[in-house]
Amino acid sequence: MSSDEMNVKPLEYQTEDGQMSIVGFWIFLAAEVVLFATLFATYAVLFGRYSDAPVPGNLFEAKSTLVMTLILLTSSFTCGVAVFEMRRGSVKSLLIWLIITLALGLSFLGFEISEFMHYAGEGATLQSSAYWSAFFILAGTHGVHVTFGIGWLMMLLIQLARRGITSVTSRKIFIIGLYWHFLDVVWIFIFTGVYLIGMVV
Amino acid sequence: MANRSRNIPIKHIIGFVTSVVLTFVAAWTALRSNLPVMWVIISILVLAVIQAAIQLFLFMHLTERGAGNTPWNMMFHGAVLAAIIVAGSLFTMSFGFM
Repeated sequence: MSSDEMNVKPLEYQTEDGQMSIVGFWIFLAAEVVLFATLFATYAVLFGRYSDAPVPGNLFEAKSTLVMTLILLTSSFTCGVAVFEMRRGSVKSLLIWLIITLALGLSFLGFEISEFMHYAGEGATLQSSAYWSAFFILAGTHGVHVTFGIGWLMMLLIQLARRGITSVTSRKIFIIGLYWHFLDVVWIFIFTGVYLIGMVV
Repeated sequence: MANRSRNIPIKHIIGFVTSVVLTFVAAWTALRSNLPVMWVIISILVLAVIQAAIQLFLFMHLTERGAGNTPWNMMFHGAVLAAIIVAGSLFTMSFGFM
């Protein structure tokens, strides 16, 4: 950590309200970790209970999974750059990087929806087997989070365009940044634990 | 305003490039290597943990002082709980009786 980071706190930490909100959001993220842990545990336990439904190894496609992973990874990166630009005080580049993040988030969602529709067409739905129930709940909960994040980000963009960077908006952007990076962390484990392992076993 | 002297987000670029490389290494290990399945699973899970750490430390400012020790505290305990929940469920439901 460089010395200027130690001396001058970024804007979002300068008010007590901002600090407390960020602390509170980290507590929320810990609860989210546990939520996803329960879903991963359910998935792991129900792994292999395919009943008459298709086997995941036949449905998962390495290419589209990799594309989705790279999209989300890039969006996490652009979101990080957005916060970096915010701390430099540049509203314009902050907005640009956030819009890129938003576009990547939307395209990730599009891929996920078309993927789910493809699976449903092949006979793998929420009702098909214990395995597919666990799969759709796990990946779907992540997808719902992404959807929520997209709506949240859109509203923040409007607020940001109107008010510029203040101690309140910077705190909000920092928090949605944490949320977005967290979604990428969850996706890394879905990519590895669900898709890659599903294609190996 | 906390203006920085640096203009390029070096931490983010390093984190991004490393993550992309690790993603491809994991995909290659799973799909193209001839390792035994158990070794594949263990190694790609290790790669995932490394990638998660990259997100937390390089992107999420986990060690930043602004919010005190809370971020580190929350993520540490979250990870411990996640490990107990997943490993415990697998132990009781799938492997414990073998």
